[in-house]
Amino acid sequence: MDKKAQEVLRLLENDARLTFREIAEMIGISEDEVREIVKKAEDNGIILKYKTLINWEKFGEEPVYAVIDIRVTLTREKSYDDIAKRIAKYPEVHAVRLISGDYDFQVVVKGKSLKDVSFFVAEKISTIPEVLTTVTHFVLRTYKEEGVLLFKEEEDRRLAITP
Amino acid sequence: MRTSKSVESLKPSGIRKFFELIIGREDVISLGVGEPDFPVPWRIREEMIYSLEKGITSYTSNYGLYELRESIANYYEKFGVKCTAENVIVTTGVSEAVDIALRAILNPGEGVLIPEPCYVSYLPLTVLAGGVALSYPTTPDFIPTCEEMLKIAKKAESEGVKIKAVMINYPNNPTGVSYNRSILEEIADFAVEKDAVVISDEIYSELSYSFKHRSIASLEGMLERSVILNGFSKAYSMTGLRVGYAIAPEDIFNAMLKIHQYCMLCAPVISQIGAIEALRNGEKDLEEMRAEYIRRRNFFVKRIKNVFDVKKPDGAFYAFPSISKTGLDSEEFAKRLLFEKKVAVVPGSAFGDCGEGYIRCAYAVGMDKLKEAVERIVEFVESL
Repeated sequence: MDKKAQEVLRLLENDARLTFREIAEMIGISEDEVREIVKKAEDNGIILKYKTLINWEKFGEEPVYAVIDIRVTLTREKSYDDIAKRIAKYPEVHAVRLISGDYDFQVVVKGKSLKDVSFFVAEKISTIPEVLTTVTHFVLRTYKEEGVLLFKEEEDRRLAITP
Repeated sequence: MRTSKSVESLKPSGIRKFFELIIGREDVISLGVGEPDFPVPWRIREEMIYSLEKGITSYTSNYGLYELRESIANYYEKFGVKCTAENVIVTTGVSEAVDIALRAILNPGEGVLIPEPCYVSYLPLTVLAGGVALSYPTTPDFIPTCEEMLKIAKKAESEGVKIKAVMINYPNNPTGVSYNRSILEEIADFAVEKDAVVISDEIYSELSYSFKHRSIASLEGMLERSVILNGFSKAYSMTGLRVGYAIAPEDIFNAMLKIHQYCMLCAPVISQIGAIEALRNGEKDLEEMRAEYIRRRNFFVKRIKNVFDVKKPDGAFYAFPSISKTGLDSEEFAKRLLFEKKVAVVPGSAFGDCGEGYIRCAYAVGMDKLKEAVERIVEFVESL
């Protein structure tokens, strides 16, 4: 794999607001090269989207998240992919993953309230014919999201000048 | 006078002086910090916490924990050195190691060659050990040459000073320059000719970017006349934990141990436990930190080049640009930059007379701050 492209992507993954110039200066390649790498990655669907990680609780909103474990039954007509797509298309659904272990899917659902999420699961997910059982876990607090710590990080305690 | 003459003879630290200026000032971005901004990797801290819980708080052997000495001996193979745990002494940081190495080697009046600009402790510790500090200038690219070494040696010898040791530090604080094989060979040849010991401070060895670090002790016949100094402060951010080590040939090792057992007894046990974990599982954390330093170096050098001449650093986390075109001396420059633009750098003069005309900029700060700092430096220079 192209090492330079990998490094550009790593940098953008951590901070999407870096300019092409800054990235070029950090890696020691030209701005045009960076532009080309990013364009290619966008065109090929390697870069999916540029998003911002927001702490909504701090803003005053309290969205409810729930992790739903789902067990399904497979038939000749309905594969994992078919079932997953049906679930994933709901805007309430934040993430869908096929997992190993006791359950088949792990789905993250986002809603305005406990009721909101519960009814969504009861009405839209449990009623899918292939779904056998669901277990809903409401998220009470998030400590780390996308590799970012949501609690106060340690301060820089270094002296201003050291030899 | 109640205090010793040799202590009185030492110049006050240029860094200390500058530090006083900064205290109490807010919004200062400091490029003056000679230590990593990354926290100690969590796995290392976790191991130290666990050791405290288990009640591991006693003295260790004077040598250091055997497991640590063994891992250090194995680890140093990556820099070309084959030694055993019996050659490794664990010290309270490299600072202690420099001190006891010099004291172990020097008789009163014997000379130590020190290339300038250099780290702040070499000269004072040489004097305190009763030696004669023989500073000599490096090339404009901060490389020590045989020619300069011979020149200063000849002068010293004509005054009856025997050349006992050659001090080197690479990758270098404050210049960021490192030495490749041919430079090391030149230094080694000189040491052999003078039958001198090489004291090689390799604390920044893991932070080598331009080429692979190689210890001078890896050159043929050099293990017998080299004292390698290294530690965990820079590679694993363990500065305040004070754990370093020396690898030395038997006679020097024994002499160092004698001093160490009286002045230090042993390095902090908790830090030795952390160091074992660092060597066992720290490579991935180290790689990430190294990659980030490289990006910062590239960025900083590219930007600062717009106003100053600077040699692209091979390692460590320092750039040492020349400020001579501003007409200011390095202390004046650093002071005005601090007062007018709130950016702290260390005047090159703190690293010896040969550092005059330069400033040391440590890129051990996050990209955001580094970006802001370099913009302010450029603004400042353009305003002159």
